Amino acid sequence: MNVIVCVKQIPDPALPGALDSSTNTLKRDGKLILDESDSYGVEMALQLVDKAGGGEVSLVSMAPNGEVSGLRTALAMGAAKAVLVSDPALQGSDALTTARVLAAAVGRIGGADLVIAATESSDGYTGTVPEQLAEVLGLPSVTFAKHVEIDGSTLKASRQTEDGYDEVECPLPALISVTAGVVEPRYPSFKGIMAAKSKPVDTVTAGDLGVDPVGWAGAGQQISDVAKAPERAAGEIVEDDGEGFAKIVSFLENLKVI
Amino acid sequence: MDLDFAPEHDALRAMVRDFAAAEIAPHAARWDQRSEFPLDVVRHMGELGLFGLVFPEAWGGGGGDFVSLCIAIEELGRVDQSVGITLSAGVGLGANPIYRFGTDEQRHRWLPDLTAGRALGAFGLTEPDGGSDAGATRTRARRDGDEWVIDGAKSFITNSGTPITSVITVTARTPEGISAFVVPAGTPGLTVEPPYRKLGWHASDTHGLILDGCRVPADHLLGEPGAGFRNFLAILDDGRVAIAALALGCARACLEMAVDYAVHRQAFGQSIGANQAVAFALADLDVAVHNATQLTYRAAWLKDQDRPFGREAAIAKLYATEAAVSATRVATQVLGGSGFIEDHPVARFYRDAKVLEVGEGTSEIQRLVIARHLGLPVHAGPADRR
Ligand SMILES: Cc1cc2nc3c(=O)[nH]c(=O)nc-3n(C[C@H](O)[C@H](O)[C@H](O)COP(=O)(O)OP(=O)(O)OC[C@H]3O[C@@H](n4cnc5c(N)ncnc54)[C@H](O)[C@@H]3O)c2cc1C
Repeated sequence: MNVIVCVKQIPDPALPGALDSSTNTLKRDGKLILDESDSYGVEMALQLVDKAGGGEVSLVSMAPNGEVSGLRTALAMGAAKAVLVSDPALQGSDALTTARVLAAAVGRIGGADLVIAATESSDGYTGTVPEQLAEVLGLPSVTFAKHVEIDGSTLKASRQTEDGYDEVECPLPALISVTAGVVEPRYPSFKGIMAAKSKPVDTVTAGDLGVDPVGWAGAGQQISDVAKAPERAAGEIVEDDGEGFAKIVSFLENLKVI
Repeated sequence: MDLDFAPEHDALRAMVRDFAAAEIAPHAARWDQRSEFPLDVVRHMGELGLFGLVFPEAWGGGGGDFVSLCIAIEELGRVDQSVGITLSAGVGLGANPIYRFGTDEQRHRWLPDLTAGRALGAFGLTEPDGGSDAGATRTRARRDGDEWVIDGAKSFITNSGTPITSVITVTARTPEGISAFVVPAGTPGLTVEPPYRKLGWHASDTHGLILDGCRVPADHLLGEPGAGFRNFLAILDDGRVAIAALALGCARACLEMAVDYAVHRQAFGQSIGANQAVAFALADLDVAVHNATQLTYRAAWLKDQDRPFGREAAIAKLYATEAAVSATRVATQVLGGSGFIEDHPVARFYRDAKVLEVGEGTSEIQRLVIARHLGLPVHAGPADRR
């Protein structure tokens, strides 16, 4: 079984982020790391391939400046190879262009039984790329997959919903999106880190993939303004007059958490 | 000149940092309070390849360099000094003597478990009557047929009584001089005393040992008879750099915690870090951390280049450990009363730091080594055999 995982390389969230004031986009010119959200997809892919008893996990990523640090982390976890799309022309690409580029990269590797993406990245949060990617690839898509099993050429998944989960099935090849916490991502071992040094990363441009237009030119969006999130308002204080519990229950019910 | 770490060094640092934050930091205070040896974490470190880092793949190792080991020790030590010394001693004192001085047969027998972190080794040099003066070893070994019979006592031996301790290399006097012997855990005649009650390093395993008619097969002699003294001096050079890395982790943790506190703690209508008295103390601490970093990794790099590094090892060990002790003093002071309360890790670092100036050669012994490299005719005393 061959699985391709889409991994994003993002600025280290532990460091203070910065916006480019001319484009209102996140500055991504420093060292990038593997988006933690994607480590779950990588782990799930490794487990599925392991269970299937053969095949390999490949990665696709789109990142500026030929950045490979985040890819090396996923390779150190056990993925076999990667396609990196890096091209100054990609700057300003919107979610749909990203999906087109990733789809072309998935096609370049070829032979995927399953494509895995995180439901959303930790730096951009559009949360739309996986479904767009499935559409461009013409694959069935199962979002919020929480538990996945492969039965022959059928994918069986528990799909997280607000009040439980759906059990869904679809034929392979397919695309799934996974949320954080569905599996416990392994730490890359030292041997994995050393082995990752010599695993192939095929670096290509948007042109090599034949995707055009890209970047600002292809974007159907424009970022007109970025505003600070409002300060959190003070919470509501419930004085317990003997009926405090009822107020708390109705408050939680309103939030639909119980 | 290139002073950068390689990408795989950065990747290793990131991995160990993540591991320490998730698997060690939440439990460090509990292990410390209960003097609990964190066996599961040690095993997990083994699976990640940390105990095998510097050994060739043929012996189950990862084929990494010494700089990598220092990175791992620093990052563990930044969160928990006890876990850091467990790795440092397990590699440097446990596995390394067998790798460096063992025959292939001995390596086959003991190394794979040690490099995989399935087992831990210990090294017994210090005795009740001789620590710095290791040439004063009183433990004796005599040959009896196909066996060696060892009698004596050892003090303060790290990793000697864990549930996975497999072997303890001990030095003992033979007719040729000081020799080394591998004593498997559980050998009759070997008594591992109850753990010490220590000022710090509570989650690290330390015991006194008694060897009373302890018999090991003849092939448990490690290295040439009489070469024990020379051999352990070579081992100690590596260990000194590793302890410098551990001290660096301590100093760096103190700097980070103190800066964080100085930014957030308000007094007299401003954050305490707005006072030069506090800010400059932290600036000085940053200088010390930078110095310790350069000294430690340069010594490690020299070793990786197969160049002499004894002097640099002593300088790094001396500087970094004294910097770590000062760092804990500065950090606890910046934290005020909170720094004296065990709820904050800085109190644990304060207790843990002191031994850094003692183990693997005291600060005085480092100065002696450095002074000798300057060509000074200084000696340790009338019995100085070096
Ligand atoms: C927690 C812990 C773990 C340890 N783990 C191990 C281990 O795994 N294996 C092992 O073999 N040992 C271990 N040790 C022992 C450690 O290496 C010794 O304690 C250390 O070398 C000092 O020896 P000592 O305690 O006998 O002190 P001494 O040598 O008696 O020194 C006492 C003081 O006198 C000073 N001094 C001695 N000689 C001179 C001199 N000539 N000039 C100036 N000053 C001098 C010393 O610097 C020191 O300040 C450990 C110790 C501790 C506390």
